[in-house]
Amino acid sequence: MNDLEIVAGNGLLHRRAFLTGGAALAAAVTGYRLSDTVAAQQLTDEAWSTKPGVAIPEYGIPSSFEKPVSRTLSNPKGEPRTQHARTPHHLVNGTFTPNGLHFVISHSGAPDIDPAKHRLVIHGLVKKPLSFTLDALGRYPMVSRMTFVECGGNSAAMFSNQPTQASVQAIHGLVSCAEWTGVMLSTLLDEAGIDPKATWLIAEGADSLALSRSVPIAKALDDTMVALYQNGERLNPGNGYPMRLLVPGWEGNLNVKWLRRIKLTDQPGLSYYEARTYAPILPNGKAYQFYFLQEVKSFITHPSPGLTLGAPGFYEVSGIAYSASGRIAKVMVSADGGSTWAQAALQEPVLSKAFTRFRVPWKWDGGPAVLQSRAWDEAGNVQPTRAQFVAQRGQTKTPVTNPAAFPSQHYNGPTSWAIQRTGEVTHVYS
Amino acid sequence: MSTRSAFVICALAYVVSGVSRTVIAQGLGTPISEADVAAWDISILPDGTGLPAGSGTPQQGAATYATKCAVCHGEAGKGGSAAALVGGAPLTSGIETTKTIANFWPSATTIFDFTRRAMPWPKPRSLTNDEVYALTAYLLSLNKIIGENDVMNAQTLPKVRMPNRDGFIARFPERMP
Amino acid sequence: MTRLLSAACLTFALTALAAAQSPPPRYGIGTPAPRELVAALDIDVRPDGTGLPPGSGTSREGGEVYGRTCAACHGANGQGGSAEALVGAEPMASAPFGPEYERWRSGRADVPFTIGNYWPYATTIFDYVRRAMPATAPGTLTANETYGLVAWLLMKNGIVPESAVMDADTLPKVVMPARARFAPDNRAGGAVVR
Repeated sequence: MNDLEIVAGNGLLHRRAFLTGGAALAAAVTGYRLSDTVAAQQLTDEAWSTKPGVAIPEYGIPSSFEKPVSRTLSNPKGEPRTQHARTPHHLVNGTFTPNGLHFVISHSGAPDIDPAKHRLVIHGLVKKPLSFTLDALGRYPMVSRMTFVECGGNSAAMFSNQPTQASVQAIHGLVSCAEWTGVMLSTLLDEAGIDPKATWLIAEGADSLALSRSVPIAKALDDTMVALYQNGERLNPGNGYPMRLLVPGWEGNLNVKWLRRIKLTDQPGLSYYEARTYAPILPNGKAYQFYFLQEVKSFITHPSPGLTLGAPGFYEVSGIAYSASGRIAKVMVSADGGSTWAQAALQEPVLSKAFTRFRVPWKWDGGPAVLQSRAWDEAGNVQPTRAQFVAQRGQTKTPVTNPAAFPSQHYNGPTSWAIQRTGEVTHVYS
Repeated sequence: MSTRSAFVICALAYVVSGVSRTVIAQGLGTPISEADVAAWDISILPDGTGLPAGSGTPQQGAATYATKCAVCHGEAGKGGSAAALVGGAPLTSGIETTKTIANFWPSATTIFDFTRRAMPWPKPRSLTNDEVYALTAYLLSLNKIIGENDVMNAQTLPKVRMPNRDGFIARFPERMP
Repeated sequence: MTRLLSAACLTFALTALAAAQSPPPRYGIGTPAPRELVAALDIDVRPDGTGLPPGSGTSREGGEVYGRTCAACHGANGQGGSAEALVGAEPMASAPFGPEYERWRSGRADVPFTIGNYWPYATTIFDYVRRAMPATAPGTLTANETYGLVAWLLMKNGIVPESAVMDADTLPKVVMPARARFAPDNRAGGAVVR
């Protein structure tokens, strides 16, 4: 272990350790635990090895031992208010989110849509209004891309004037990343014929709220798609089955689910969700309207509150980074609260507007440490420090104790996890 | 590697990336008339585009409100299980200030648009256009944005000047059309 | 441009060299596994006989074990049960290889890949029976029972005589009928196999 070069305070190692050590070594560094370590065992056949196993189901689901790996729900009974299902970032790894764990926000539940009866209509400032069945859309050239979707309200607990004691799932669980497959919206708009006067489109869902949002035509023609598949299978109902607008990198609510109508216009609709809900108030009393981009952000998932360190020694510090402005260029990690930094290894491939997993080998000496990450994107944007961020955007006057509250939106500063001597992880500001 | 082969590789990369951007109109959409879309076209724009025929007064709206809205939003918009629809603290009170029609909403047309498309919660799009105009008038009147006897219709509603209309800035002005 | 590319290649090569020369780090997180614990789990048997345990068995002994624990699924004589046939070499001339076999099998639902016509190594029978059989209670057969079963299966396939004794010395020496029909996959980027 002395071969490893310490490059930053409190034992952060050079990311080269991964390059030279290979996959087997990287895989060995997964020491975080949800429960106490079991005693060393005699190697004997367990019951599951001495008789044939259970039948394989038609649709596979995770092991019964993985039940804790699930979303947390803010409104499990579906009462008449918004529902949030948060991704357990600390219990998964890699860069894409399984469909059953993808975050969902629905302001009125998930409609039970019969795909045979569903229609997408494109009209307004077009030469020829068109209607599409799901089958018709399925015959267009398809594209697939990895893209994160993040709620504008993700990480809202970070606006609390005191650190909210909650898991990475509670604080940052309203962002996920999937491979989406569908038809480029530009293909469909081209067929309808765009009137040159059109500068916006208004997308509307088939949910009971007929939720609608306005998107500039320039973004619609850039990389927006009508997504039909999520990680290879049809969209999950909570994520818009049978089709949703996918506006890569932009505020989650713009990615209109259960998409049924696109109207091209010469002005934005100022719909409820853009005029009121997703318009964060600034300390001077003004408010942002049309925030659009989910700015460069990163947070550490391993370790994080709920994952406890065992004995001192090697651990892999790992997390996710993403930006609406392209690829992640660099992630720096500190183990001493931001005094010194080590550059993290980025898992290839690093894709534009997608999760990038970063990793840093770390030799924990058993003492207190404060872990924090900061990401840069290829456009040169960097996460502001929390102090810089709240100086501009404000924070609450009283501590936020409910991590599901939304004091404001679009926090993209860093998150700091304090490691106690016991191995417990807590949330701190640093 | 020769200069020539390096050039060929660059050219190939360009062609490959060009292919993915090619837009091919396949002609699979079924033409539909705006008249046939009308049943779904409930988008109201801030300048009044899309507002239907009909009208309503605050007084008419009060009656509809009492029967269809008060159960959740409380008597006279004071709030219940759902949000209050009247009043609101100044936005300079802090980032957590509750956003209301009076202190936040930039366009009166949004009230019409959202009420018609989404309310009442258990039975959206069940209100008549006159009822939506009347409810909009009632809410604007309760918030003292229009007078008690003002009539709301396709002509008057877009002209209502909301108190916080100029309270907004774009985060990325270069992205605005 | 050419010079730039060369410089980039050189830089890459030097970086790769430096990485290759660094001693790989050791994290020390694995728990040492004592040899006796590993031995209890290690049931691998190789074609040269490595891993075969002490003990022995004859076809007569194996036949009794077979009737008790195997016949219910594999049929009384290693054929005709709900599980796959264990005995049978027809058509030995080529089966199950080559065009002659393809002609023979046309129209037949079952494809008899048996110990007699397919398996290249006798040790595989011991390895597989011990680790996986009987399917309802794998790992319950003793070494002697397994040697006996292997002797019986080889005898029924006409590979060893009724009197043969199978043990760690004799089993690896058994030459299976189809042994010569297998070739190592020697593809090196192309599609041709020797």
